Amino acid sequence: MSHELPEHPDWLWRNPDPKPSYDVVVVGAGGHGLATAYYLAKNHGITNVAVLERGWLAGGNMARNTTIIRSNYLWDESAALYEHALKLWEVLPEELEYDFLFSQRGVLNLAHTLQDVREGVRRVHANRLGGVDAEWLSTEDVKKFCPIVNTSSDARYPVLGATLQPRAGIAKHDHVAWALARKADAYGVDLIQGCEVTGFLRDGDRVVGVETTRGRINAGKVALAAAGHTSTLAARVGLRLPIQSHPLQALVSELLEPVHPCVVMSNHVHVYVSQAHKGELVMGAGIDAYPSYTRRGSVQIIEAQMAAALELFPLFGRAHVIRTWGGVVDVSPDASPVVGLTPVENLLVNCGWGTGGFKATPAAGWVYAHTIATGQPHPLNAPFGLERFTTGALIDEHGAAAVAH
Amino acid sequence: MLLIPCPWCGDRDETEFGYGGQAHVPYPEAPETLTDAEWAEYLFVRDNPEGPFTEQWVHTAGCRRWFTLVRDTTCNDILAVHRTGTTNPVHP
Repeated sequence: MSHELPEHPDWLWRNPDPKPSYDVVVVGAGGHGLATAYYLAKNHGITNVAVLERGWLAGGNMARNTTIIRSNYLWDESAALYEHALKLWEVLPEELEYDFLFSQRGVLNLAHTLQDVREGVRRVHANRLGGVDAEWLSTEDVKKFCPIVNTSSDARYPVLGATLQPRAGIAKHDHVAWALARKADAYGVDLIQGCEVTGFLRDGDRVVGVETTRGRINAGKVALAAAGHTSTLAARVGLRLPIQSHPLQALVSELLEPVHPCVVMSNHVHVYVSQAHKGELVMGAGIDAYPSYTRRGSVQIIEAQMAAALELFPLFGRAHVIRTWGGVVDVSPDASPVVGLTPVENLLVNCGWGTGGFKATPAAGWVYAHTIATGQPHPLNAPFGLERFTTGALIDEHGAAAVAH
Repeated sequence: MLLIPCPWCGDRDETEFGYGGQAHVPYPEAPETLTDAEWAEYLFVRDNPEGPFTEQWVHTAGCRRWFTLVRDTTCNDILAVHRTGTTNPVHP
């Protein structure tokens, strides 16, 4: 007990008090909010920016996801956006001068039925045409790539093959947030934690700032990046969004020797599994059916995903669930995000990422910063505006995004 | 897991039920007169409150009948149960 505590490391960012006014106020200091602030400064020279966070930095879904990064979506609009993210992930460790353990270990999406096979092969072709790396693996190739997957033909849902994206992988989520926060702070962005937005300042139809638990803050533009709590915020300016907030759960095992070389996802039995650098198996599945802000889901969801994991990986039979948790995810009707302008002048939204926001972090920040800075969507997020629900130009990734929503 | 009070069968595990989204969203009386924005609102936009939410459930593995719950989305407490088409709460 007499050991001296080690020196506290240097803070990676200042902890400033809010100024009375900013050019841009970003609401939510998760991955997307931080990436937005970073690219506002880096790409557009806009540094008079505050990122307001009601809790602590990166304590929402950024702390709760399963860290999978991939871009093998079926539809061109989605694949382009997520591939832009993947290309940014590939340069960010050097650019941010922070090794956040981005590991391109490959993602397998298993096929268990003839329909899965057809969907997978179609998606591989679509991805290749769009410049996204993709391969179709036979059952034998799956066994070679990930020897611990049960590929026996007498499995309840035999593995008939898989898509492989070799450049996909995982990263250390907390470190991603800290890396972005440090650089944004160095550009002069104010990261303000413990500051909840409680309302909006209006001048006619325009938003001109926010009311917060730390006082009024004027803003040229207000950009929401609050995931599952976007509806609640938008309701305060009378804006209704096509978003429902659902619990999404994940879990980890105890620390184990390295056994799992890649990321495995399965739509049909519905689980996704990787092994973190530290050694814990990280697993997730689908959302709970009902909307809720409790950050807690129902136990049968966990039970089903464990059953699926054991079906695929019999050797996990002796592993233990150490921790389960939930987050609040913002689900849109077409399982695609909403990034762009709103009918309220100077108010922008980045939401609807549902279960897949982490992988998009840098691209979301890139296109959102562009939209904020120029007042026009970037070509990559132009298809993802709110107006698609009126025009009918949905980007229907239900079942098409290599994961069952 | 939620413990859901079916108004006919009493308290049952959530796994016996299917979820049916927000209650009391009527089909437009004259859909052909709606603007695109109004139609989009009907198709895609639902309430998403932090607090009491009125929603439909169906007792799929039981009596197979639909009913309405008022549930607080901040804590999942069930505040009221109605048989569909009635406004008087039922306490099974």
